[in-house]
Amino acid sequence: MPTATYAGHSVAVNDEGFLADPAQWTEEMAPEIARSAGVDELTPLHWLVIRFMRAEYQAKGTGPTVRVLGKTSGVSIKDLYQLFPHGPAKTAAMIAGVPKPRGCI
Amino acid sequence: MSTSLEKVSIIVSKGSLEGIYPALIMANGARAEGIEVNLFFTFFGLDAITRKRLGHIKVASVGNPGLHLPTLVGALPGMPALITRFLGRKMDKLDIPPIPEFIEMIADTGAGLYGCQASCDLFGLTQDDLADQVKDIITVGEFYALAAGGEIIFT
Repeated sequence: MPTATYAGHSVAVNDEGFLADPAQWTEEMAPEIARSAGVDELTPLHWLVIRFMRAEYQAKGTGPTVRVLGKTSGVSIKDLYQLFPHGPAKTAAMIAGVPKPRGCI
Repeated sequence: MSTSLEKVSIIVSKGSLEGIYPALIMANGARAEGIEVNLFFTFFGLDAITRKRLGHIKVASVGNPGLHLPTLVGALPGMPALITRFLGRKMDKLDIPPIPEFIEMIADTGAGLYGCQASCDLFGLTQDDLADQVKDIITVGEFYALAAGGEIIFT
């Protein structure tokens, strides 16, 4: 399994770049993961989505899809795509150190 | 990732519920992966973006072997509406949005929605007849220009 170094820590990641073990994640890693995922700066609204994603993953064992994020995070689908142009659920999950949410809708 | 899909352009040519949903689900799913999406609604597929029709899309209950119904039963009055309501309830449980909401959501993801010029001419439709989310009515040539460099899916 490949590794990546974020905030000075070497962590195992899968082929798509998601952390293999969510427990290894720290908030200090987020800005560096974000840059590698094409998000240059994390605004408070980015952080709201990232923390929401992580909390939902920890509560339910899986992160929300874009539709669920749009309905429950308080950020609209339009704004989610502006924050994370390469896919809101996927990118937010990667930055939050949790697995890619599964779901077709 | 060695190769990744950058853009898909999806042609929606059918006006039945089972003709429209797969295209919308694939479009929405592509945007969720960060893939650029164009939707081109042609022929009866235009119903999905026609104001007075998009809230009344029905399952084709005749000539649809997937329903496993005798043809004559499928042809009974009210059958398309009945089957559509049944499926609609199941889809609601799975959080699959109804078509008007789905069209709005897909436009919000940044996908481009377009009507086919030839079909709009055929059915006498103008931009005013189409949902607000529709960016433009375009020709086949303009569609190919939009689709250039990506994959094209016909449904």
